[in-house]
Amino acid sequence: MVDKYSVFSVLREALRGHTGWRPAWRDASPTGVYDVIIVGGGGHGLATAYYLAKNHQRMRIAVVEKGWLGNGSIGRNTTIIRSNYLLPGNAPFYEFSIKLWEGLEQDINYNAMVSQRGVLNIIHSDAQRDAYARRGNSMRLHGIDAELLDLAALKAKVPYLDYDNARFPIQGALLQQRGGTVRHDAVAWGYARAADRLGVDIIQNCEVAGIKTENGKAVGVETTRGYIPGKKIGLACAGNSSRVAAMAGIRLPIESHALQAFVSESIKPLIDNVITFGAGHFYISQSDKGGLVFGGDIDGYNSYASRGNLPTIEDVCEGGMALMPVLGRARLVRHWGGIMDMTMDGSPIIDKSPVENLYLNAGWCYGGFKATPASGFCFAHLIARDEPHEVATAYRLDRFAKGYVIDEKGVGATPNLH
Amino acid sequence: MRIVCPHCGERGLQEFLYHGDATVTRPRDGGAEPTPEWTDYVYFRENPNGTHVELWYHNAGCHAWLVVTRNLRNHLITAVETAHDVALGRSS
Repeated sequence: MVDKYSVFSVLREALRGHTGWRPAWRDASPTGVYDVIIVGGGGHGLATAYYLAKNHQRMRIAVVEKGWLGNGSIGRNTTIIRSNYLLPGNAPFYEFSIKLWEGLEQDINYNAMVSQRGVLNIIHSDAQRDAYARRGNSMRLHGIDAELLDLAALKAKVPYLDYDNARFPIQGALLQQRGGTVRHDAVAWGYARAADRLGVDIIQNCEVAGIKTENGKAVGVETTRGYIPGKKIGLACAGNSSRVAAMAGIRLPIESHALQAFVSESIKPLIDNVITFGAGHFYISQSDKGGLVFGGDIDGYNSYASRGNLPTIEDVCEGGMALMPVLGRARLVRHWGGIMDMTMDGSPIIDKSPVENLYLNAGWCYGGFKATPASGFCFAHLIARDEPHEVATAYRLDRFAKGYVIDEKGVGATPNLH
Repeated sequence: MRIVCPHCGERGLQEFLYHGDATVTRPRDGGAEPTPEWTDYVYFRENPNGTHVELWYHNAGCHAWLVVTRNLRNHLITAVETAHDVALGRSS
């Protein structure tokens, strides 16, 4: 039996025909009363279960997932991590997440291929340079690394951009070197395995059909595999947050939208960093398999269909071609859609819900992947101690009513922000 | 996805702009204090996983505001009315 992954375990198993590996997690069935039930077996739900088991008092924890583990946004995103945020409510949280990413693989004993290859935000105008200089300064004041690259430095780093584009000439870039990419599926698998080792029951193919309440308190969930009683219930349902919260009579400031992502055929190493276009919405990186992974805007209208429409594909590819015409020679192999829980200010919610013992982790818009470790860490803290973690105090549900929205983009209430 | 505009006929998605849930109604102005009605109107949405009644603007066509009934799981459109008619129906 192999419990810990290491060079030695790989060598030992190589010598004995790989007969000693066991499943990375048990296929658990619901049994008895749980201290905490997490609804949603994606990145955030699994991370929450792991940090609950690791950081807090001993308790029985279950994660219930309607499909198979990690079939939602954790397996559909473009794998980028970064903490280049401007506002005080956001910057410390995402920086905390980057720090957790930096130690994640040792912590959960799983190779998640964390690669701090740097995130470049390209600058196309004087006003944008001022805005990025301000953002960089704000980041550095929060203790986050940021570097403003001039044209010569950027050209030396990425020579293949369209620097002389008549409409969107390039002036430089804001670089966060500690940002980068992570193998997304491995994050779900790694957290699942680590949580399982700490005794968490991961229950797949178990869709929640109702949340049972007694005297205004949540006491359990009705599922397709029967009723599961729980003392505390945490929702981490991403694009389905509104549906699940509605089972407890809660209305959220969220719309569900489809976001598409794209992968080209595999090519030799071309793009070393993550690059974002400043004049439109387009971002790109290259996976270790060689495919160019890119994306852009959400489709722009409510959707629960995990597929997108052609106009958005055209728009994203136009953005890519304006930034790096070299892309035109690569063929698009796959594109897919995921459902995003878009809040009205572009920032998430980690808070108690109006129903006692029911906790809410939602509204990650399309920036949820980078937040996975910190989201799990802070949600676990909230559930275990009934008070918010110090880096997540701004993510309250009542901020919309009280006027404390975290509007990173500064454009008011609209569900297309991130 | 294509929308059958009552004035222009069936047109591609690119001609339209989306303006979200058509079932929220703007409350009356009520002084400087924020009210629950206004918070609800500005931020909170039903976000159903099924039939959704929503506003579209025919930007590259007749410039009409349309109230479209669409299934969010398969993008099947079952009704398109002009917002003008819907508003008249609401007030009568």
